[in-house]
Amino acid sequence: MTQTKGTLYKGREGMWSWVGHRITGVGIFFFLLVHVLDTSLVRVSPEAYDAVIGAYKNPIMIVGEIGLVGAIVFHAFNGLRIILVDFWSQGTRYHRQMLWTVMGLWVITMIGFTVRHLMLFLDGWGGF
Amino acid sequence: MTTTKSDALLPAQGIEAPRSGRIDPKYLRSGSSKSGSFEMAAWVFMRVSGAALVVLIFVHLTVNLLVGEGIHQIDFGFVAGKWANPVWQFWDLTMLWLAMLHGGNGMRTIINDYAEKDSTRMWLKSILYLSVIVIIVLGTMVIFTFEPCLLDGSGQLLESSPSFCQNV
Repeated sequence: MTQTKGTLYKGREGMWSWVGHRITGVGIFFFLLVHVLDTSLVRVSPEAYDAVIGAYKNPIMIVGEIGLVGAIVFHAFNGLRIILVDFWSQGTRYHRQMLWTVMGLWVITMIGFTVRHLMLFLDGWGGF
Repeated sequence: MTTTKSDALLPAQGIEAPRSGRIDPKYLRSGSSKSGSFEMAAWVFMRVSGAALVVLIFVHLTVNLLVGEGIHQIDFGFVAGKWANPVWQFWDLTMLWLAMLHGGNGMRTIINDYAEKDSTRMWLKSILYLSVIVIIVLGTMVIFTFEPCLLDGSGQLLESSPSFCQNV
């Protein structure tokens, strides 16, 4: 293993996983606020809930959902990596390998989710 | 073995013996700092709730988006059908509380990191705490006061009611 420039942390895997964790975390938090509010419409009326939840079923929002799930899956897998870094005796030694594992699992999970979500969406889509 | 200066820069709890008394007490993690136990509890909470949320949210996404008709199945009747089961009520309630507290604590950390003015930090965190409380209280009340079988003005079941309402 060669280290060309920079420090152990700055500009390397440790820093970028931290940046990714923050950005996805903030995004998920704001979605969660909206999601509790839209779900709360079940207490207003069935029509109000169905109208607003219907907005999640158009093609633009489908792309947004894939992005949201991408953020959630990264935050979840990287979060488990953080737990291992903190509690596993070899965690700090292998934190970089674990980040590449996270990215590999993320790609696999997202291919599966995207294909399934798009197929189900197209099956039931009535067109514009 | 010689002790270099860099050793003294890394005081760690529980290994005081070799250089006890040589570190300025204000840099020690042990002792009675006021925020210490809260921040420690918050650190543990992020890991425990995070691990639980992975399971809670992955199952939530699978059941709602990846089985049956996926996104198209989600409507009033779908929610009513799920919350007719106490397991899903408890599932969604746990997810709501853990996710809001986990996300709220994450946002608190970010505000503490980037908002340098005392008054800015205070304002941002006040707005944050208020939002978290409102969302948790609202979501909890919705789960517990939800009524799946609604009647129209003439006492007939609404069309959007789930099928089990016919038997009630």
